[in-house]
Amino acid sequence: MALLHTVNKSPFESNTFDTCLGLAKDGSTILLIEDGVYAATTGHSVAEKIKNASGISFAVLGPDLQARGLEGKLADGIKVVDYEGFVTLVTEHDAVQSWL
Amino acid sequence: MSVKKFMYVNRKAPYGTIYALESLEVVLIGAAFDQDVSLAFIGDGVYQLTKGQNTEAIGQKNFSPTYSALGDYDVNKIYVEKESLEERGLTLDDLQHLVWEDEDDDWAEKDSIRLVSRAELADVLDEQDIILSF
Repeated sequence: MALLHTVNKSPFESNTFDTCLGLAKDGSTILLIEDGVYAATTGHSVAEKIKNASGISFAVLGPDLQARGLEGKLADGIKVVDYEGFVTLVTEHDAVQSWL
Repeated sequence: MSVKKFMYVNRKAPYGTIYALESLEVVLIGAAFDQDVSLAFIGDGVYQLTKGQNTEAIGQKNFSPTYSALGDYDVNKIYVEKESLEERGLTLDDLQHLVWEDEDDDWAEKDSIRLVSRAELADVLDEQDIILSF
């Protein structure tokens, strides 16, 4: 059983990302969307948490990253997907947990 | 009518919610009333000013170019909190270069963004007559 988690809140504004990370098991994927994409950039405390969560895969929705002007600050090891890639991730996992 | 000091405090990232766009609209409307206007960008609000925003793929209006027009409306005191940038791994280089032309100085082009510490910003807020929060 592998879950796809989606997070749409900034990690600096809400504890949604932390809650998700605490409940995500190894083998699951966390997809960062909307304001959640701010977690995917470098140079802050959240980037360290992602780096240390080695059993979890991280992905970010490219269109949301581009909208915010942050493509150039993407951290290593985070896969960029488009809307089709989002759908593919959904099909590859057993269920989706949309953290709101 | 006496001139009052207006401060617009921006604390939300753009696009995920409507606050950033609404604030900008209110600032532009307010600019018509010849008041002493300042803007502050705190917390996730600093993300409003990042350069290179491209919203084509999310189907929303990219309102970031509008910030560069603020100087033409005599809105040229844009305070960005240093700690907020640092906490997010950003520097001034990641933000748009916003300028205004000083008519009292032969239209010299000057920077609108003032990078201030949290303590300095507290003092700026303390001087205001009216504070609007977004």
